[in-house]
Amino acid sequence: MGPHHPSTHGVFRMDVVLEGETVVKLKPVFGYLHRNHEKIAEGTSYLGSMPYTDRLDYFCSLTNNWAYALAVEKLAGLQVPERAEYLRVITAELTRLQNHTCLIGFLVQDMGALGTPLMYAFREREKILDLFEELTGARMMCNYMRFGGCRCDAPSGWLERVKRVVAEYPRFLDEYEKLFTENEILMARTQGVGVLPGALAVNAGITGPMLRASGVNYDLRKVDRYGIYGRFSFRVPLGAHGDVYDRYMVRLLEMRESVKILEQALRDIPAGPVMDSKAKLRGFRPKPGEAYGRIEAPKGELGFYLISDGGPNPYRYRVRPPSFINLTVLEDMCVGQKVADVVIILGSVDIVLGEVDR
Amino acid sequence: MMVTARNFAGSYTDPARLVTVEYPEERLPQIENARTFPFLVYDGENAQAGLRCVACQICEKECPPQCIYIVKDTTKKRDHAGKLQMQPKIFDIDISVCMGCQICVEVCPFDAIKMDVAFEHSTGDRFGRLLLHKEDLAKPNSYYQRIHPTEAAETDARMAMERAKAEAKAKEMAAKVAKATETFDPGKTPGA
Ligand code: SF4
Ligand code: SF4
Repeated sequence: MGPHHPSTHGVFRMDVVLEGETVVKLKPVFGYLHRNHEKIAEGTSYLGSMPYTDRLDYFCSLTNNWAYALAVEKLAGLQVPERAEYLRVITAELTRLQNHTCLIGFLVQDMGALGTPLMYAFREREKILDLFEELTGARMMCNYMRFGGCRCDAPSGWLERVKRVVAEYPRFLDEYEKLFTENEILMARTQGVGVLPGALAVNAGITGPMLRASGVNYDLRKVDRYGIYGRFSFRVPLGAHGDVYDRYMVRLLEMRESVKILEQALRDIPAGPVMDSKAKLRGFRPKPGEAYGRIEAPKGELGFYLISDGGPNPYRYRVRPPSFINLTVLEDMCVGQKVADVVIILGSVDIVLGEVDR
Repeated sequence: MMVTARNFAGSYTDPARLVTVEYPEERLPQIENARTFPFLVYDGENAQAGLRCVACQICEKECPPQCIYIVKDTTKKRDHAGKLQMQPKIFDIDISVCMGCQICVEVCPFDAIKMDVAFEHSTGDRFGRLLLHKEDLAKPNSYYQRIHPTEAAETDARMAMERAKAEAKAKEMAAKVAKATETFDPGKTPGA
């Protein structure tokens, strides 16, 4: 199946061996979008790689920025001002909202609900992208965070507009839930489909909503408390069965938690600078050493591993992308299922091929 | 079903939902922060003489996809503070490669390159029109002030301050020179 099947979520191919309609073997084939991200980053300056990280998971450029910025900050020992930390949390949670909204839209589309639910998702996403555009200058390739803070402060009135969108969001989520959660077709197609046991998920290094849907309580925002996540109160929703339905539910509940975090962050954001005065853009050369910066991206743990030899560009640059690693259990989830379920299971993994192929 | 019906009706009646814009007749207002493609700022009337760029080639070096090409001119010219500076003979940007990241703007120490908001760049000429030259890229400061008012005001204030400083320094220097010539007596050896 694929690489350009409408439901393969990008340029992705699966070699499937069937027995009648049942899957007996499945091999993912990727690399169609490979563009040498890691090698290019080793040849450009630290700052120059920042816009490339936007293009990894192009749905979530702001969280990608954050993970990379975090790695470089660890490497160079930079401090991030308060206001920038809050702006980072706000943009990251907005990213999570729009990512999960669209994922659910896609997932339902994979089940055959052509158009409408996805249109609703995109309608909500537009509102968030408008906010991103106003803040960063671009809708998708935001390129907003910098080592030691953020590129610019929020324009006047921006936070108010975020508040308005966030305040409206639960209503949209209610609508979504009414449409899908108890929908018979959705339940019939997703419950007990593509089960991923918790133990296997842990062993395979799965992270993010997929891991939590299997009942494992692991969220980097709680475990690692990077940035200022320690200050917010929110719950980590968990699934029980690890099937597609649980993955859907976990994402839906996670969005409600994101709304909570956003409300707290918008309430508490202080005034002040958004860049560390020690940080510099031109001629940035961190001391030799290595660092690993990781965050809870909407799709799971996104990490950047950097080694510096004191030069203007990283000696080694490596990405730990959640989409790629979450794909490794695709075969385990699909074997024994019907071929029509493969598409839904793939949809519930939530991949973006820009990140898988890098 | 109810949800769908409400959304369907809403998409015809709810003013917040009537979002379709009949481009190109209608256009959305430009966002001040928007960025599409870089351009070169010039002061005054003459696009080539007023160019702020001093061909330092920092942006060429920092541009992530390496789409800026600069060749220095052999003659120098004066910048806004009166200092003798280089100038670019060739300054090209390959629009088909540029990813609109704004890194060149951030690293330029001379406020010479800024982000445009124009987005209609398509052309039928695959080979000629995709490499923009210095002449295509040069736009007056007034244009910059119009598209990014807040940012431009900051830049202008900073440049005015630099100019005032340079002028004050020049005056001080001139006064010193004048004083030195006044007290200079060719009959005496200096320090005696
Ligand atoms: S645009 Fe700026 S950075 Fe680039 S060469 Fe000109 S002065 Fe230097
Ligand atoms: S915007 Fe980015 S890609 Fe385009 S010329 Fe400037 S640095 Fe290069």
